[in-house]
This record gives sequence, structure tokens and C-alpha cells, in this order.
Amino acid sequence: MRTSRRWWLVFFLGPAIVLFAAFITYPILSALAFSLYAWEGIGRRGFVGLANFARLFATFPYAGLLVNAFWHNVLVFIATMLLQNVTALGLAVLLARGPWGARGYRVIFFLPVMLSLVIVGFLWALFLNPVFGLVNKVLTLLHAGALARPWLGDASTALLTLIVVNAWRWLGFPTIVFLAGINAVPEEYVEAARIDGAGEWAVLRRIIFPLLAPAVTIIVLLTFIGAFNWFELPYIMQGVSGAPNRATDVLSLLFYRTAFGEVDTGLQDIGIGSAIAVLMFALLLGMSAVGAVLLRRREVELA
Amino acid sequence: MRPRVLVGILVCVLVATLSPTRARGQQPVKLTFWSWRVEDKWAYDKIIQAFQQRNPGIQVEFVPFKATEYNTILSSALTAGNGPDIIHLRAYGGLETFAAPGYIAQLDFERLPELRTFSRQLLDGARARKDGKLYGVPFATQSLVIYYNKKIFAQNNLSAPKNWDEFLTVLRTLKDHGVLPLANGGKEGWTLEVMSGVVAPNFYGGTAFFDAVTRGQTSFKDPAYTNALARMLDLRPYMHPNFMGVDYTTMQQQFINEQAAMFIGGSWEIGFFKSQNKDLDFDIFAAPPLRAGTAPWVSSYNDGNYGVNAKTPNMDAALKFIQFTASREFGQMFTDMLAQLSAVPGVEVRDPVLKHVQELSRKSTPYMMLVGFRWQAPTGSTLLQSALQGMMAGTKTPEQVGDEVTKGLSAWFEPFQGR
Repeated sequence: MRTSRRWWLVFFLGPAIVLFAAFITYPILSALAFSLYAWEGIGRRGFVGLANFARLFATFPYAGLLVNAFWHNVLVFIATMLLQNVTALGLAVLLARGPWGARGYRVIFFLPVMLSLVIVGFLWALFLNPVFGLVNKVLTLLHAGALARPWLGDASTALLTLIVVNAWRWLGFPTIVFLAGINAVPEEYVEAARIDGAGEWAVLRRIIFPLLAPAVTIIVLLTFIGAFNWFELPYIMQGVSGAPNRATDVLSLLFYRTAFGEVDTGLQDIGIGSAIAVLMFALLLGMSAVGAVLLRRREVELA
Repeated sequence: MRPRVLVGILVCVLVATLSPTRARGQQPVKLTFWSWRVEDKWAYDKIIQAFQQRNPGIQVEFVPFKATEYNTILSSALTAGNGPDIIHLRAYGGLETFAAPGYIAQLDFERLPELRTFSRQLLDGARARKDGKLYGVPFATQSLVIYYNKKIFAQNNLSAPKNWDEFLTVLRTLKDHGVLPLANGGKEGWTLEVMSGVVAPNFYGGTAFFDAVTRGQTSFKDPAYTNALARMLDLRPYMHPNFMGVDYTTMQQQFINEQAAMFIGGSWEIGFFKSQNKDLDFDIFAAPPLRAGTAPWVSSYNDGNYGVNAKTPNMDAALKFIQFTASREFGQMFTDMLAQLSAVPGVEVRDPVLKHVQELSRKSTPYMMLVGFRWQAPTGSTLLQSALQGMMAGTKTPEQVGDEVTKGLSAWFEPFQGR
């Protein structure tokens, strides 16, 4: 009995573990190893210890680029939390009350999530094109032509614009998760609160939100990981250099650029690139672990 | 019963594995040729046909990859010990990345006597700095120029300007007449580097400054260089009001659809412009110098090379193909089909605009960062491109650009250390 169960475990877990080891564990370990060697073009040379990390932290422009990209990731996380997840929570609360056409709205909110990110990025890049793009044309039509600007080319608006496009694309996902969480709150709790004289806000604040904590944990963690691994959208819309003048540079782009080089512009420096990859991994692992523990503590178990 | 089945299977397997080896004697050698020029596949296929007619024992397959992913794909293939027989390589530092670790076969004048006739400036783009040896056959030379729409110029009674002031007058006249003078934008940093490659050499003194700075006798903090960069700011009012959001494709479309009168760019555009709009009547001029009468400097460079994988099992066949790419016949086909200047000397240029480029690039100067400072990371181009975006957006002065580039390069270019 015991042994057969063990075999079943091996049977079911084996393939997943093999895949995980081949495509996750091995690359992480090899990046760690690469970061400890000197590189000549794409050729690995002698062991240099932490020299690549020293170079990353101490030489211009890498030190500045690293800090710049890191703060952009932090900004992406905060802005996405505020913009995307708070809006999603509001929409979920509204949808949970079952207004007319709630099902239709649910589909509409979720629709962009189903579009390919490449298509979303490409479409928005077209909308935001300063010469023939929709956004500036509409602003001019609304007599707000003064607001028209090179949204993706202006260092002060580029990152925020990307964050808004990203939120537009993802909004439906947290909405559905929150909605499922709200619908899972037992009706009798809400009724009991109402009988005790709780108003709309008190019900939300005292009953729904605390019971929604598991959903919030998941969404915050996913947003965090998404924000610190952010790559596809800035890559599609701004290219690999974090244009303009590094205003949309994030850690993944910096990693990609240094490890693989910019086409027709930069050369690869695999040592520094791997060092950035190792840093990103440590950062994500550490913060996710701490975040998970802290957020779990807030969760309330349904008795 | 059973052993007989087994023997039967064994015989089948043996026959299947043996037969190709037996036939190999008559079968042609198959070479693969990797490239990032997806859009030129049709031309390469024709060129390869011509090669195969002359060399019936060799078959070449042209396999292009997306340009932005080419380096990544090639690096992983080469490091894994695979890769194609013939490799389309970039020039200068982009070649060194692959040549220095030993992935590319070394070439020399004995093996490829055709290379003796190539210009030294172009061959320098096929050399690794590490050992000064040749690793490829240069395929094209590119020059940086200003394109102008002849129809729009005629409508406004304008002609190609001879000096910088005339150039500014032309720009102003066009703007006053409601025409967008310059199609250029700043969303993609490399298009700004190209612009600096067009505008700056006349003001920093061309090759004399290039030699001084690459020898480390001066740096990019030199006022000669920063003042030259500052001239780019003269052009800002004549670009689209939101030019910082204008990307490369939009730049091209604006010029092709005759919505902009001029386009500062490279000679590689000629073929594309013609294919996109048959009625587009355009020519080029070199960036005007300060005073009329002095011949303007034109930035030019080796666009890339054809190399041979050092580990190819078909070295002789691959060398034969590489040799073909250094022949006059190849150069002529290349120039005629792709409207680009072949690196092979003595090729006759039939396209009038390209001929004009060829004439202007007699007084050529190396394209600064690509030829001089793209040898190690961070490259001069990486540093310059993002700094220029800051300068054109008005958040950085030309002096700050010079400082940043010098400081960044000092990580690997010793003469700049402590400057």
C-alpha cells in the first residue's frame, strides 16, 4: 500500500519536477554560475568571483541604470496597485450587486485580458502615435489640443502611459478574482450584519473586505511579481533600450540588454547580465516570501 | 519465429543507416547561411542560384531570422557547438563578439586574394581588435546623408543647400509654407545617433577629430565635439512638434508619403523608399558644412561581413562561397538588386541616387561610435543614443552628453580614465 502510493506520487510529480528542473532550476543555477565568470564576447573565460557584481554596483553607467530601473519597477508596482487593482475592486463590488447587464460587463472587462499582449502593445503604440494616432486627434477634436503630446516619447509621461495601457489590459483579471471572492462570502453574514443595522459601507468594510483577504493576497503577490518581471509591454512599445533616455527602463529590460545586446547599438556583457538576473531572482524570492507571510497573517478563516 | 523478426528489423535498420553514406559521394555538399536580412531573401536566393550553377557540387540554403533576435539565436547556436556554415556578421565590435572567442574562421589574403583589392577602411570592419586578423568579407558600405523630396523642393523654389545657413533657410521656408521640413523623430535613439553622424562631422572636423579621439588625445568633452552636437538643436524647430514620439517607421512613412520634405538617414533606405512609392522623386545631399565651397564630410562604415563558422565540417565549400561573395559578379548583383553599395571594388552603380551617394562618400569619415567605440560594453552608441534623447528633449546640454559618453566609455577605454 505504502510503496504503491509512493509510486503514484513519483508518477504524478515526476514529469512536473523534471520540467521544473530543466526549465527553471537549471537556468537559474547557470545564470548564477555565469555571473561569477569573466566573458569575452560570447565566450566564457576565467572565474572572477564577485567582480561582475562589483562592476555592476560601482561603475558608470551600470550603477545608475540599476537604481533607475529598480525605482521604475517599484513605481510600476505602486501605480498598478492603485490604478488597476483599486479600480478592479470597485468594479467587482459594483458587479456583485448584480446591476442590469452585469454579465455583459463582466465579459467586456475581461475581454482585453484575452487579447495577445503583443497586439495590445502594437495597437496602443498606434493610438498614441503623435503624427496619426487616435489619442492626440481626439484631444484636438475636444479642443484640448494643448494636452496632445508625444506620450511615449516624453520622459515625463512615457512610463505612466505604459502603466495605464498595462492596467487597461489586465483590469479584468483582478476584477473576476475579487468578484469570485465577494460571491463566496456567505449570504447569512451579510444579512446578519444588515439586521444589526450595518449600512452599505459598514458591510463592505467589516464583512466583505476581511473575507476577501485571500483574494487580495493572491492579487498583490501576482501584481508584485508582474511588476518586477515587467518586460513584454515596454519591450513591444518602447524597444529594448528603455527609451526615451531610460525613462521606461525596468530591470528585465536592463538584464536583456546587457546579456544579449541591443541590435545595432550595444554589445552583450553576459557577466553583468547574469549578475542582474541573479539580483532580480533574489529580490523576487525574498520579497515574495516576506509578502506572502505578512499578507497571510491578515487573512480571516471562515469558521 | 521471433529471431527471424528481429533479424528482419536489424537488416532494415542497417539498410536505412547505410544507404545515405553510400550515396554521399554523389550528393552535393549542403551549406546553411544564416542572416538577419529577412527582407533580402529573394535577392540572396537569386545570387545563390548563380553560385550553384557555377559550383554544382555545393548547395546553399539562405535562412534569415528576425533582426532583433538574430544575435541571441546565433550566440546560443555557436556556444552550443552548432550554427550555420556561413554566417552573416555585423562589423566592428559586433564581429568581435563572435570572432574573439574563436567561433569564426580566420581569413587572410592567401586564402582569399580577392580581399586585397578591398578598401582598408572597409576591411577594418572585418578585423578583430584582439589580434588584428580578418574574419569576414565585407558586403556593403553605408553612408549617412540627407534625403530630399525634389517635387516639394521645386514647388517651393528651393535647391539643395550648400552651407549650414542655407540649410536653415531652406528649413524655415518649408515650415513657413506649411510643409513639415524634417521627417525625423526621437523615439528610437539610434535614429538620433544617425542624425549626429550626419550633422556633426563637418563641425568637429571629420577624420582628424576621429583619429585624435580614438587615439585618446582628446575626449568627447572636447568643445569641438559638444559644439558639433549642439548644431542638432538648430534642427529641432523643423521637426514634428511631437517629434520625440516619432518612431523610425513613422519617419519613413512621412517621407515616403510626401508629408515631409527631408529625411536624415542612411543610404540603406534608397531601395525601400523606391519600392514603397514608385512616384517618389527624391535625391540626396550631404550635410552642409559651415561654409560653402568646402567639401562636406560624409559618415560611412562597413555594414557587415560574411564569415565562416570555425567548426564547419564543410570548410572548403564554405570558403568557396565566401570567395564568391568577394567577386565582382556578386558585388554587381548585390548592388543592382538591393540598391546598396557593395563593398566589392569596381562595381558599376546604375541607380542615380546611389551613384550620388557613391560620389559623396569619396570624402568619407568613419561613423564615430560604430567604428571607434562599439568594441566593448557599454558601447559609445548605447551611451550616446540615450543621452541624445535627453538633449533633444531639452533635459540635457550637449556638454552633459559629452561628459556622460566619456565617463561611460572610460570603463574600458583607458585613455578616457581620469578625464
